[in-house]
Formats: sequence, C-alpha cells, structure tokens
Amino acid sequence: MSRGHTGPAALAARVRHLEGLLERRGLVDPRELDRALEAYLARASPANGARLVARAWLDEGFRGRLLADANAALPELGLSMGGGLQEQRLKVVENTDDSHNVIVCTLCSCYPIALLGPSPTWYKSEAYRSRVVRDPRGTLREFGFTLDHAVRINVWDSSAESRYLVLPRRPGGTANLDERALAARVTRNGLIGVAPV
Amino acid sequence: MAEPFSPGDRVRARRTDPRHHTRLPRYARGAVGTVVERQGRYPLPDNRARRLLAEPEPVYTVRFTAAELFGEGDHTVMVDLWESYLRPVEAG
Repeated sequence: MSRGHTGPAALAARVRHLEGLLERRGLVDPRELDRALEAYLARASPANGARLVARAWLDEGFRGRLLADANAALPELGLSMGGGLQEQRLKVVENTDDSHNVIVCTLCSCYPIALLGPSPTWYKSEAYRSRVVRDPRGTLREFGFTLDHAVRINVWDSSAESRYLVLPRRPGGTANLDERALAARVTRNGLIGVAPV
Repeated sequence: MAEPFSPGDRVRARRTDPRHHTRLPRYARGAVGTVVERQGRYPLPDNRARRLLAEPEPVYTVRFTAAELFGEGDHTVMVDLWESYLRPVEAG
C-alpha cells in the first residue's frame, strides 16, 4: 500500500487547487476541461459493460473474441477503451462453474471507466483494496455474496496499464430473454465480481 | 526486441523498497509466481515519476498463490508487473 494517501476531501481540494493554478497560468481552458469531462462521462456507463455481457451470453463467437482480445471485439458494439487520453488494454475474465473472478486496484483505483462509469466509493477505499487480495471469500461475504467453497477465486490486481472486466455466469431461467432484457439483468457489482448476476 | 519471460515461466518479484513511486505492490515483493500472459510494452512508472528516461518495457500478468503471498488462503492473485520488477527462477 502506498504511503501518504489522504481522504477524498483532501484529494478533491488538491485537484481543485491544481486546476486553479493551470487555469490562472493559461495552460487549461476551464470550459474545454468541463466539455471533455462531460463528453467522456456521457459515454461511460455500466450499461456498456452490460451490453458486452449480454452479447457474449448470446453469441458464442463474440464471447470467444471478447475473451481472446477484448479491445478488438469492443468496436463490434460501438465501444472502445480509448475514451481517455490513450487506448487502454482491456482483459475480460470469465466466471465458470468452478472459478470466480474479482477485480481490484490495490495501488490506487484503476477501473474500466469507459465500460462501468465512475467507480463506486468502496472500490477506492483502503478497506476493499487491502482486504480483497488477502481474503476475497470473506470480503465477498460482506457484500452478501457467499461463494461455494468448491469455487476457486482469482483476484485481478490492476497494478499496471490493463483494465479488467468480469464476464459473469448467465443466470438460470433466462433462456427466453432477448439481448436487451439480459443486459438489464447485469449489475455493475457483477461486472466487478463482488456480486453474482 | 526479445522478451525475457514467456507464459509458464517462474519468476520472483524483486525484494525492493524504493523511496520513489513504484507499481510493484508491497504484498508481492519477494514472492514467486508464474507468468500467465504478456501485455505489451509500457514505460516504467518508477522512471516516469522521477522524470527519467522511461523506455517501454514488457509488462506481464503474473499469477501468485495466496499461500505464497500470505502464507494462507486457497485463492490466486494476478498482478501486472513490469520486467524490471521480475527475476527469473531456475526450474527444479
């Protein structure tokens, strides 16, 4: 865990201060910054991740392409990981009957914002970041998610330049649902791996 | 350029405690894991943070067992690590 981390309020104050300095020195146009942020966040939503999952559940070929090279598969749904400054590598990890995946960034709060929207507060908390690598089963239980002991857990620490997304198992009783209805079943927490779908 | 590690290789994360920024998580330092995947090449954040020359170098997904990292647990942890953070482990 890195040292010197402070609470969200102190961090927000520091960001505001930096932004103010950049504006006063004419390095950043505040309207341009707002426009860029709004445009990015308007496209960034967990609905994107949910669409990917619904398509993967229905289309075996797409599922294979998504797992093999997610960045190459995203444009099939009009999505990309290029919303930020640079295209980020995305890795989709698939839950199966005997293995479950959960995502964390122990060093900070790396997260696939383009596909999941801004991350929830708990994802950035030291409690989640430090505990889920050490005791994922216990941490998931606190989310109300008790995994069978036979299910192996894989924790993915986004410690470098890749971002991760969980492909949850398709719930039972959904054989008659179409893609839109399936996507509506997919939750953000399911895409992080702290809840079943 | 050749990449020194391939999927399946055993590697040990460096036992280092730099004063500067690094993205080698403390819990993985000194632990032995298995390379799962090559991710491509990215500038070393330790050097970027110090405004030093940071040529892109390979980044690997490395799988560690919880037992290796924490002495207990039955899960695995995948950590993304730059080449500079890793040392080869001889087979056998």
